[in-house]
Amino acid sequence: MSGVRVALFVTCLVDGLFPDVGKATVTLLERLGHEVVVPRGQTCCGQMHVNTGYARQAVPIIRNHVEAFADADVVVTPSGSCAGSIRHQHADVAAEHGGRRLAAAAEEVAGKTYELSEFLVDVLGVTDVGAYFPHRVTYHPTCHSLRILRVGDRPLRLLREVRGIDLVELPSADTCCGFGGTFALKNADTSTAMLADKMTNIVGTGARVVTAGDASCLMHIGGGLSRLRAGVRPVHLAQVLASTAAAPMAVAVR
Amino acid sequence: MSTARAEVLRRVRAALAHRPPAPDVPRDYRRSGGPGDLDLFADRLRDYRARVRLTTPDEVTAAVVAALRERGLRQVVAAPGVPAAWVPDDIRSDDHHTAGGVVTACHVAIAETGTIVLDHDARDQGARALTLLPDYHLVVVRREQVVAGVPDAVAALAGVRTQTWVSGPSATSDIELERVEGVHGPRTLEVVVVR
Amino acid sequence: MTFLGMPSRNLVGEPFPRAARAALGNAQLRRNLAKATGTIRAKRASVVAEVPDWAGLRAAGAAIKDAVLADLDTHLLRLEEALTARGTTVHWARDAEEAARVVTELVTATGTTEVIKVKSMATAEIGLNDALAAAGVRAVETDLAELIVQLGDDRPSHILVPAIHRGRAEIRDLFRREMPGVDPDLPDDPAALAEAARRYLRHKFTTVDVAISGANFAVADSGALVVVESEGNGRMCLTLPRTLISVVGIEKLVPTWQDLEVFLQLLPRSSTGERMNPYTSVWTGPTEGQTSHVVLVDNGRTATLADPRGRAALRCIRCSACLNSCPVYERTGGHAYGSVYPGPIGAVLSPQLTGVRHNKTLPFASSLCGVCYDVCPVAIDIPSMLVHLRGEVARTTAPNAESAAMRALAWAMSDSRRWARALRAGRLGRALGRRRDRIGRLPPPLSAWTDARDLPRPPRQTFRDWWETR
Repeated sequence: MSGVRVALFVTCLVDGLFPDVGKATVTLLERLGHEVVVPRGQTCCGQMHVNTGYARQAVPIIRNHVEAFADADVVVTPSGSCAGSIRHQHADVAAEHGGRRLAAAAEEVAGKTYELSEFLVDVLGVTDVGAYFPHRVTYHPTCHSLRILRVGDRPLRLLREVRGIDLVELPSADTCCGFGGTFALKNADTSTAMLADKMTNIVGTGARVVTAGDASCLMHIGGGLSRLRAGVRPVHLAQVLASTAAAPMAVAVR
Repeated sequence: MSTARAEVLRRVRAALAHRPPAPDVPRDYRRSGGPGDLDLFADRLRDYRARVRLTTPDEVTAAVVAALRERGLRQVVAAPGVPAAWVPDDIRSDDHHTAGGVVTACHVAIAETGTIVLDHDARDQGARALTLLPDYHLVVVRREQVVAGVPDAVAALAGVRTQTWVSGPSATSDIELERVEGVHGPRTLEVVVVR
Repeated sequence: MTFLGMPSRNLVGEPFPRAARAALGNAQLRRNLAKATGTIRAKRASVVAEVPDWAGLRAAGAAIKDAVLADLDTHLLRLEEALTARGTTVHWARDAEEAARVVTELVTATGTTEVIKVKSMATAEIGLNDALAAAGVRAVETDLAELIVQLGDDRPSHILVPAIHRGRAEIRDLFRREMPGVDPDLPDDPAALAEAARRYLRHKFTTVDVAISGANFAVADSGALVVVESEGNGRMCLTLPRTLISVVGIEKLVPTWQDLEVFLQLLPRSSTGERMNPYTSVWTGPTEGQTSHVVLVDNGRTATLADPRGRAALRCIRCSACLNSCPVYERTGGHAYGSVYPGPIGAVLSPQLTGVRHNKTLPFASSLCGVCYDVCPVAIDIPSMLVHLRGEVARTTAPNAESAAMRALAWAMSDSRRWARALRAGRLGRALGRRRDRIGRLPPPLSAWTDARDLPRPPRQTFRDWWETR
């Protein structure tokens, strides 16, 4: 498929803390021949509020999101978790606390929202995006991409086509890294115990890069690896796919 | 007591004030598998570490006697309706507390799960304690009693009041979730399958 | 003295984060749990994978339970009628205390001072053993794991395998110390330990006159009761004593005998990872000269039924698949939940049965990873239910720092100009990055993050500012 006008929902976390992930998403989609727009009104999907018990407070955030993307043809986001919230929570929360009209509008936005790997594989029909990433990489499938969106092996199919990549399997890959939003703060000890096991598995692969489709989980995993000086760098799937032989991504060991 | 009954029922009705419609139950699963595959049945039994002997209608007696002899049993009890031909009088005992083993028939058996179901009101299967206290249980299963799956067995058991479903010998996984055969029920289950 | 409506203490413990911290520090416990849950997960996965119509069974199981719940009063009355017609006496109990009292009175009326028990979650929930002890009756647990817990004066930590937190060496030491008449050189292999339990309990089975059971299923139209077990202790208890008292939660009903064709496939494969459990007992009315009683227990179930967004938790058939699959449970074990119902389903059911105001931390004892929903044989959407209960917690908690922060954040996030300003202000956080590109220490409550993980230093430019200048 060519010439799609893609509205990018960059997510609050990428906007504020990981702009490189957003830039990489733009680079990748433009390289594949599509126009990217970034609706100015966007902020956040409101998932943290909903999942912490503040669904009522999330309603204005959801309304803002729905209005920001009402006119979009298709919405793409580099996050399985945010796409999951938009597709599986927004309409429900709106129906309970925000009214029928908002629920219907949220349903409509949900119907045209895709996580990045879904959009590439299902809508654009590509797995070889022309990427070049000459590093040993292991992939962590994030829980919400796996069990809410059911992205399955789409990210792996994309990664396998990357030139120069040495893709190694992560043991117990589908086990949660322990992030869980405010879970990481409210149950920090348990979260950290889960993270420790995830890091052991990652380091055991000998990979230099751990990749995933969610900046949030990567922030968690990366924060732990950085504390351990483990020498493994978190790189978002969009960044791996945006890297080319002509403009390779520099992977410095911190 | 009646106060509690009235109160619980009142609470149930209050909880269902906006009575949700009972959903239709989708029965999109295998309802009827027909006759069971005897090889599969034997395979499943062996998986539980039950002993299995395949025999023919003419050789049932010989198979039972051979099994008991191999086991070193001189006295066994048998459910009252078990044919005399299966268990000769000279080795029949009346006391299931002291007998080393028990012989029964069954009501139905399930190939897919290796399960044997006893109907305790049937004379050839006996009261519940009969197949519980001895350490060795030999069941004779006839070919036409073996059905494919659980739904077939449930259909065959409608109206049977007291049942025991037996799938291999007694077992536990309570220590480190490692399966050990033999706790309180018979530690050995032997099945004579009549082709 | 407890008053009506007070939550059973068997469903409430200390706050989860605190209890979890203690459990996480126990290396032996972590090893035992990882080994046991890993074993059972693999077994379950393999026997579920070989059933081609698993999805159909799962959908049917969920719908049958929903249908029962939608007409629970009718089904309860039908069950009562069927049980009574066959000679069983039916009793009702509004809460844990009443249920324990009814059972205790039935027991003491027989004149016995000892009862044998089949493992039952309902009797654990109502605190029956303590109530019996107070009346001078000793309850002997006959399930191996329950026996291990009882001999160790311990608490169960798993629905199916209450002693999952114990390793074989600990159990051997316990048996040597506490089991009357045991071989002083008892080895630690599971077969020898099971044999020791067999010898110890055989005498109890043949001499004790009253047994207490639960029921996995109660068939409303015929009054058939079903107990699913492995060891044969259930068969012993159901068969040998003269009096049988069965404690049954009101959600345990299925409408017809035929419905068991679904659950007798779903339950064994989900719980012990077997194609079928060794023994399933079905009885309809007192058999072989026994006297039988059934006690139907509410204890918070009707309150759960009253919540349309929470009532699906009553579908639960206590298989434990969600416990065995949960990354939180695997690391903390069951005691951290402080309830006889631990793990993901316990984090839902316990607050539901007690009311969330008595159990505020359990709904947060999950990373919402979703594995529990995937493995649930009756498709209980546990993550969504936890989120729903978190809402109940927030709604019933007085305003605090968290709710103020959430409100302020929601205000900023519901308008992009406010949000852009907030993000720019966030760049001030760059000053916190003492090292080049990461923040290693933040004040509470964010120290909960930085105690174990770095945070990236905010970038010079947000994505939206970059986009504007492009």
